[in-house]
Amino acid sequence: MTRSPQSSGGLSRRGLLGAAGAAGLGISFMGRSAFAAGDLAGRKLVVIVCRGGMDGLSVSPPVGDPDYAGLRRGIAIPAEQALRLDDTFGLHPALASTHALAMKGQARIVPAMASPDRARSHFEAQDVLETGAAGVYSTDSGWLNRAVQAMSPGRRVEALSVGATAPLILRGKAQTGSWSPGPAGEGSPRLPGLLTDLYAGDPLLAPAFAKGLDTEAMAQTASMSTMQTEGGMSGQAAGGVQSLIRQGQTAARGIGETVAGFMTQPRGPQIVAMSAEGFDTHANQGAAQGQLANRLLYLDALVDGLRTGLGPEWANTVVVCATEFGRTARINGTGGTDHGTGSTALLMGGSLKPGGIVGDWPTLKANALFEGRDTAPTVDSRALFKGLLGDHMGIDRATLDSRVFPDSASVAPVTGLV
Amino acid sequence: MAQPSKDLMAAIAATRFGLGARPGELSEAASDPQGWLTAQITPRGADLGLASNALSASRVRSLREYQTDRRDARRAADGKTPEEAQAERDPVVAARRLIRESAAEDFLARARLAATTPAGFRERWALFWCNHFTVSGIKLITATVVGPFEQEAIRPRVFGRFEDLLIASTAHPGMLLYLDQVQSIGPNSRAAEFFKRRQRGQGQRPGGLNENLAREILELHTVGVDGGYSQADVTEFARCLTGWSIGGQREPDKMGQFVFRELAHEPGARTVMGKRYSEDGVMQAAAVMKDLAASPATARHLCGKIARHFVSDTPPPALVEALERSWMTSGGDLSAVARTLIASPLAWSPTPEKFKTPYEYVISGYRVIGGQPAAVEHLAGLTGMGQRPFSAPSPKGWPDEAAYWATPDALIKRMAWAQQFSAVVAPERDPDAMAQLALGARLSPAVARAVARAESRPEALSLLLMSPEFLRR
Repeated sequence: MTRSPQSSGGLSRRGLLGAAGAAGLGISFMGRSAFAAGDLAGRKLVVIVCRGGMDGLSVSPPVGDPDYAGLRRGIAIPAEQALRLDDTFGLHPALASTHALAMKGQARIVPAMASPDRARSHFEAQDVLETGAAGVYSTDSGWLNRAVQAMSPGRRVEALSVGATAPLILRGKAQTGSWSPGPAGEGSPRLPGLLTDLYAGDPLLAPAFAKGLDTEAMAQTASMSTMQTEGGMSGQAAGGVQSLIRQGQTAARGIGETVAGFMTQPRGPQIVAMSAEGFDTHANQGAAQGQLANRLLYLDALVDGLRTGLGPEWANTVVVCATEFGRTARINGTGGTDHGTGSTALLMGGSLKPGGIVGDWPTLKANALFEGRDTAPTVDSRALFKGLLGDHMGIDRATLDSRVFPDSASVAPVTGLV
Repeated sequence: MAQPSKDLMAAIAATRFGLGARPGELSEAASDPQGWLTAQITPRGADLGLASNALSASRVRSLREYQTDRRDARRAADGKTPEEAQAERDPVVAARRLIRESAAEDFLARARLAATTPAGFRERWALFWCNHFTVSGIKLITATVVGPFEQEAIRPRVFGRFEDLLIASTAHPGMLLYLDQVQSIGPNSRAAEFFKRRQRGQGQRPGGLNENLAREILELHTVGVDGGYSQADVTEFARCLTGWSIGGQREPDKMGQFVFRELAHEPGARTVMGKRYSEDGVMQAAAVMKDLAASPATARHLCGKIARHFVSDTPPPALVEALERSWMTSGGDLSAVARTLIASPLAWSPTPEKFKTPYEYVISGYRVIGGQPAAVEHLAGLTGMGQRPFSAPSPKGWPDEAAYWATPDALIKRMAWAQQFSAVVAPERDPDAMAQLALGARLSPAVARAVARAESRPEALSLLLMSPEFLRR
């Protein structure tokens, strides 16, 4: 793969050479990156952080693992209801769209991934997952923000977080946008200009407000029809739980389509961070149906919305869903599971190469469980993210090892995914 | 550090320590700003406190009745026409709406107190502890008890000893439900033996340990994530806590109230963080909590959090140390810690470093006009700004740093709120006077000028509400 490294406004060739030289990297690396530089501009990466500790053993149940049913008992996904991936794994029945993608080679699972953190604390583990550091509290910026910084000198990179508050993964020096569904106000048309003047020189307010106004202008152009579903939730409560779930799915799909609408605009974001919440299933988590199943229905609808909204751009996109930790291999005393270690990450997108599971499956044998209770991790979350940022977004290995994921040279990227 | 002028200190007292100045408040505080704050520390605790847990018990009772009715309505609807089934369901839907409304009324009552109280610091101190011991209304059952939890467990004790606050919070039905403690059963308890015999061969194991509450007490409520405990300590503490539960439907006189279930309690002595606790029934977990409350790690964790909440996302270490000393010498007396905070010159830096949370922001807006929200719908803007009422995203509570709240989208949402609010309330008010009364010596010349030059009163008030000094405290 040694196409011409000439790129139009892409990654600077000199920068690449310098970085490669400094790191003493070989020619195969150069070939890949040089190739990537040609069409990097359209590449898109969406990271969905599933908060609360998503249960990998339900997302991609290892129904072929002989120990699974015994450990999980009443909350095991029955083998005949799991959507088959291979002899060992299926997908949760709520993930029908994801499964359809998997059948086309556009979705894969990483069944035993974990961040380097082992404390089983939501907050500490989310911090480590999102900062990309080796330990907690070592940095207050997110790896996705540092990835934007790493890409920015050579090309224009826009990033957006979805939600009214800023997720740690995208916090940092690079100014990023944020958006959440809901109407913007009407009033004095002069106000934005007057406030821009008042905020001049304010390091917190000036850049954030400017970015907010930009995104607002983009939202006017993107199709807004899908967003009405969010506001319409309360009036329709009479239809019971099933209709609430359907409305939740519609809203999630609408958010996915709207964000995709941003991404396909000329100055739209190539990098998007989103959160899905409510995965902390200590009690009554359910099996093929129930609490966790509903969360997965929304997640599936969100990704499906992204896919349909992106249209042909789906071919340039990778979506990764990751969580701070998995849950105990055994059912607990209250029909749920407690904080664990390894869990499943989901990879989706038209850019993916087809393939089986990513990383090894440690099995659920008693002596294979981490500390006798959790899925043992075989893939460091940084390895997966580094692989995607390297192969898909064209960030060189040296930058990934030192700046984006500090002190992570010993963590080899998972390559060959795209 | 040179002390700021009395006028500036009054403005800081009302905004950084309080909830924003109501008209006239700055002149009340001006003669002795620190004395004005300490006078708000009252042994009876914060306002809206309740002496018994009767309100939460009645809420749990209503919710259980609703759940039973819903089950019955579903059964009754089997095999009927859609119209008949709807008729069966209607009373259930109405009951659910009432339950939701009670939570909304709790939130409105809290917001009205915050908007009108002359003791803004007392309320801010209470809100800090409500957030520290978060019960989030993310499920229907917890939504109805968040308000009662704050009123019954937290508010009466915010100027008492931390140990009492910790135990009251842990024993409250709201916390027991929110962190799944209610169903936790010791694996070797008599209850577990009974279930094992009855349920042999069936899928779910009904009787077992749930470690959620034990973990969050250690990690969030007391010593903190660096407090020196291990997974084994979490599990041991969870075993101590087994039996801490609430009365159910078969116990009409105790329904929704704290009960200790001897039968569910894991028998035996336990070791938590290197200390042995002999079997002592309900008192075993209480003994662990007393030691956790007295730990220097707890003082460090909590004093750092207080300083971050009131003063700066990165508070001066000397301020945190002063609070810690006060905490340790007073045995965790929260009124002593509050006095130390007020007395410390390091807490009075003229530069406002904190970015208001949406709740603080909206409440301070009402205080500018000397008003209060008339209906809970008027507070709907909080959800768009990222702070849905009574729905903190996790047991950790609402984050407290500017990086979380001051996002591009949140600023646009605040601007939208400021414009809607101003359109309604500004036409008959004098914007220049409002700016002076709200910010006093904190009002910058640039903002005063912008307000004076605005082309309409609503525009002027929007500028004030969106000014850098009003967004911060």
